Amino acid sequence: MNIKSLISKMRSPSSATLGSLLIAGFVSGVIFWGGFNTAMEATNTETFCIGCHEMEANVYQEYKETIHYSNRTGVRATCPDCHVPKPWIHKIVRKIQASNELLHKALGTIDTAEKFEEKRLQLAQNVWRSMKKTDSRECRNCHNYDSMDFAEQQRRAVASHSKGLEEGETCIDCHKGIAHSLPALYEVDPSAVTGSAGH
Amino acid sequence: MKNSILAGLILISSSVLISTSSGAGEVTSLRGPSELDAPSNQVVIKRNINDQAPITREYVQQPPLIPHKIKGYRINLKFNKCLTCHSWANYKRAGATKISQTHFADRDGEDMSNVAARRYFCTQCHVPQANTKPLVENSFQPIKTIH
Repeated sequence: MNIKSLISKMRSPSSATLGSLLIAGFVSGVIFWGGFNTAMEATNTETFCIGCHEMEANVYQEYKETIHYSNRTGVRATCPDCHVPKPWIHKIVRKIQASNELLHKALGTIDTAEKFEEKRLQLAQNVWRSMKKTDSRECRNCHNYDSMDFAEQQRRAVASHSKGLEEGETCIDCHKGIAHSLPALYEVDPSAVTGSAGH
Repeated sequence: MKNSILAGLILISSSVLISTSSGAGEVTSLRGPSELDAPSNQVVIKRNINDQAPITREYVQQPPLIPHKIKGYRINLKFNKCLTCHSWANYKRAGATKISQTHFADRDGEDMSNVAARRYFCTQCHVPQANTKPLVENSFQPIKTIH
């Protein structure tokens, strides 16, 4: 077969060639897309998150004492439920941002308890900021104002929630440090810590 | 000599009294009698009353009681969860009772600009409540002038 005939064949492919090309494309598409999503979902599990000791030794231990880990109804919110967005596009953006976390894992930025504690305020503020920006989107996957029956809530909760709703506040404005320890509050709220700022 | 015999007699009789009152190998505590080598009686976990209006004091010096649950509220060197609502800076926004001015005085009576270290650990004096029977009978009556 010379080159000319090959080119002419490629210019007018038989329907069988076209069909097999289509099928091959479709199948490899399914495999690629499926594989991509499977791999992404694999990084969306608690086991994966606490695979690194920074998470396992610090924030995971704190979370285990909170209501999101253990409660009367047995519903549990794991790491990605709160820290990874559900909508696909936001999820991808978050996953790309996570490459920064890989960099700092390699650099060992928070590889000891002391280093982690040193950074805790900054890390917490990062999460608070992004939750504020998204109107606490991840909280609302489970906790939705529209589905809340204020009549069933406690006195304090009703008062705060009604006021919060009115003033356009979002979950994270009040519910900080509910699944992990709060950072040292010297700078954020010196009235809630003993001594004066910086000491 | 006479005295020491007397003391010995008292000791023996009192130990006999103790052993007969509690039975062999058994200890009686507020939780009821249990064998020494057996696990102690199980305590029923009391449920704190959640979210009441402030509870009136029963006597003048009484530290006000906590009218809500405090499960998971930490008090440590880095933060005091109670103060995130009850500090003077936060009480208005939280709709909470503010801490007393007495809590700003250190042990020398000097007023600090923040809660004094000796008053920092709220739960040393302030406690949440549970609906339970009193462990021992008492005839305490609240003071009428403040109740």
